[in-house]
Amino acid sequence: MKNIISIIKFTVLIVILFAVIYPLTILAIAQFAPNQGKGETISVNGKVVGYQKIGQKFDKVNYFWGRPSAVDYNAAGSAGSNKGPSNADYLAQVQKRIDTFLVVHPYLKKSEIPADMVTASGSGLDPNISPQGALIQVKRVADARKLPEEKVKQLVEKMSNKPKVMGTETVNVLELNIALDQLK
Amino acid sequence: MNTEIFGVVTVFLLTIVLAIPVGKYIAKVYLGDKTFLDPIFNPIERFIFKISGINDKEEMNWKQHLKALLSVNLGWFILCFFVLIFQGNLPLNPDGNPSMSPDLAFNTAISFVVNCNLQHYSGESGLSYLGQLMLMFLQFVSAGVGMAAAAMVFNAMKERTTEHLGNFYNYFIKSCTRVLLPLSAIVAVVLIFSGTPMTFEGKDQITTLQGDSVEVSRGPAAAFIGIKHVGTNGGGFFGVNSAHPLENPTYLTNAVELWAQLIVPFAMIFALGFFLKKRKLSYVVFGVMTIGFLLLVIPTMTSELNGNPAIERMGIAQTTGAMEGKEVRFGPAISGFWSIATTVISTGSVNSMHDSSMPISGSMQLLSMMVNAFYGGCGVGWLNFYIFIILAVFISGLMVGRTPEFLGKKIEAREVKIAAFIAILHPLLILSGTALASYFAANDTPMGYWFSGNATGWLNNPGNHGFSEMLYEFTSSSANNGSGFEGLGDNNPFWNITTGIVLLLGRFLPIIGPLAIAGLLASKKYIPESAGTLKTDTTIFGIMVFAVIAIIAALSFFPALALGPLAEYFTIK
Repeated sequence: MKNIISIIKFTVLIVILFAVIYPLTILAIAQFAPNQGKGETISVNGKVVGYQKIGQKFDKVNYFWGRPSAVDYNAAGSAGSNKGPSNADYLAQVQKRIDTFLVVHPYLKKSEIPADMVTASGSGLDPNISPQGALIQVKRVADARKLPEEKVKQLVEKMSNKPKVMGTETVNVLELNIALDQLK
Repeated sequence: MNTEIFGVVTVFLLTIVLAIPVGKYIAKVYLGDKTFLDPIFNPIERFIFKISGINDKEEMNWKQHLKALLSVNLGWFILCFFVLIFQGNLPLNPDGNPSMSPDLAFNTAISFVVNCNLQHYSGESGLSYLGQLMLMFLQFVSAGVGMAAAAMVFNAMKERTTEHLGNFYNYFIKSCTRVLLPLSAIVAVVLIFSGTPMTFEGKDQITTLQGDSVEVSRGPAAAFIGIKHVGTNGGGFFGVNSAHPLENPTYLTNAVELWAQLIVPFAMIFALGFFLKKRKLSYVVFGVMTIGFLLLVIPTMTSELNGNPAIERMGIAQTTGAMEGKEVRFGPAISGFWSIATTVISTGSVNSMHDSSMPISGSMQLLSMMVNAFYGGCGVGWLNFYIFIILAVFISGLMVGRTPEFLGKKIEAREVKIAAFIAILHPLLILSGTALASYFAANDTPMGYWFSGNATGWLNNPGNHGFSEMLYEFTSSSANNGSGFEGLGDNNPFWNITTGIVLLLGRFLPIIGPLAIAGLLASKKYIPESAGTLKTDTTIFGIMVFAVIAIIAALSFFPALALGPLAEYFTIK
C-alpha cells in the first residue's frame, strides 16, 4: 500500500515536471517567434490568405497548381494516399492524371512532366512543387492572364529555391501565386 | 541530386561526431559525477523523492529494479487510459475532439507506455490537447525507462561480483532530466523559430487565395516533437507525423529531427565504453551496428532515387525519384535515409509514407525492425544487442571448445536459455500475428465485433503489398517501432487489441530477459582475463555477432519478406 501511494505521488510530480513545466517553458519561448507560435501566416492587403508552410488547392487556369492531395488541401486533417507502387488502380490513376495534365497543357511533351506533379504528397498539404513542375505551367498561366510568357518565366525563376549545398529544389506555390497576382 | 546526397552524409557524420561527447556526458550522469545541470535539477529531484517517499540512494538487485520498473509502468498506463477515454469532457479541448473508444485507448496507452507510438488515430481529430500532453509525458518516461534499464545492465557489466546494481529511480530520473529534457528543449526551440506551432489555440479558419474555405490544425506541437524524436518515440502530433509541413517545415528541421532521433541511441553505445572504461568494446559494437545500418540504407536510397519502374514506363520525367507519399522539400534521398533511421532505432516517426515506398525500401524497413538491434531505441537498442552478444559468445565458445565467458563472467545454461527465448520471441510474435491476420484476409472472413465488414476491408492495397501491410503492422508492434504502412485500416478492435498484446510482450519480455541475464552474471565470480579468454572487443568477435544477427533475422523472416515486398519487387521490375 505504501508503495502504491509512493508511485502515485511520484507520477503526479513528474507529470507536473514533464507535461506542465516543460511545455509552458517552450510556450513562453514561442512568444518571441513569428506570430507568437500560432503558425506563420501570409497576408495580402491586410487579409490573411493562408499559412506559409501549408499548401493550398489551386485549380483555376490563371494560377500555378500544386501536387495532387489525398485530403484536398484541407489542413483540418492530413494524409497521404498510402497506395503501394504496384497497385493497379493507383497506376491507372497516375496515368489519368498525366492524360488530364496533357489535355490542359497541349504544348507539353509527356517526358517534360516531373513525377511530383502527378503523385500525391505524404501530408496532402505539400506547399511546394519542383521548379520544373512550375516551368511547364508557365505558358498556360501566361496565356490565361494575357501576360508575356517570358515575364512569368522570370518570376518562376525568381521564386525558385535552388540550394547550393544541401537540400532539394522547391517553389512555394502559394507565394508564387501571390507574386503572380502582383505582376503587372 | 548531389545536394540531396550531401545532405544525408552531413547529417549522418555530424551525428556520429557529436555522439561521442554526448556519450561521455551520459556515462558521467550514470556514474554519478558532477554535471552542468546539477544546480538546476538536483533540488527538484530531491523535492520529488522527498514528497513521494522514495529512496533514490538504495542499491537494488536486478529483481528490485524490475519490480520498480513494472509498477511505475502499470501506474502510468492506468492514468493515461482514463485520460484518453474521458478526454472529450476534460479541459484543453478547443476543437471539441471526442473521447477514445476503450479498445483504441487501450492500444494508444500501451503503445505510448512501451515507447512505440503506433497511433491508430489521427492527432488532428483524435486527441484533445490534454490527451497530447499526457502522451508527451509518456514519451519522456518511456524513453527514461529504457535508458534506466540499459544503465543497470552497464552497471552489471563491471568487473566485480555484486548484487548491488544501482537504483532504478535514480537512473530513471537522471535519464529524463539530464539527457532527454535538455535535448528536447533544444529541438523544440529550433522548431518554433522554423514555423512549427506552439499554441493552445484550436483550429484556424481561413479563406485561401483562390477563395476556398479551409481549416488549419494547430496546437502545442513544438514541445511534443522535441521529445518525440529525442526519446525515439516517434508519435506524431499531426496525423502524417513529420511529413506534415507544420511538424517538419524545412530541410533544416528535417536534419535536426533526424539528428535528434539518432543522437541518444548512438551516444548510449559510446556511453557504455566510457562507463566501463572499455572504449574498444563500444567501437566494435558501434562498428557492427553501422555496417548493418549502411547495408540497409544504401539499397533503400538507391531504389527511391531510381523511382517507380511502373511510372517510368508511363514516359514522364522521374528525375526527382519516387515522389508518391513524399514531400518536395525533402526529396527521395533523405526520405529514404529517414525511413531506415526511423526503423532501425525504433522511432517510427515518418517523413514520407512508407506504404508508398518502393518494394526494396519496404523490405529494408521491415528488416530493420526485424533485426531491431542496429542502434535501437533509447536504451532498449542496447538491451537487444546484448542478447545477440550473449548468443555470439555462447556459439563462439562452443566453436573453440571453451566455457563461454563475457567480460570475466561464465555464460551458463540459464543465461543462454533466456537469451534464446528472447531471440525467438520476436519472430514468434510477428509471424503468428501476421499469420492470423492473413488467414482472415485470405478467407475474407466476416469479423463481427472485431471489424466492421469482411477482413479484406482493412487492406488499402491488393496482392503482395496487402500482405506487406499486415506484416509491417505486427513487425512494427513487436519491435515497438510505431511506423506503419498506414493504408491499413487499423482503428478497430481486431488490430487495436492484437497489436496491443504484441506491444506489451514485445516491450517487457525483451527488457526482463537482459536484466535477468545481466543480474545473474553480475552475481557470479569474476574470472580475470587470461591467454585463453575469448576477447569480445575484436573485429573477429564483431563479425561473429553480425553473423548471429544475420542468421537469426534472415532465416526467421526471409519467407515472409519473400511473400510481401520481394514478390512485389519482381512484379513491377
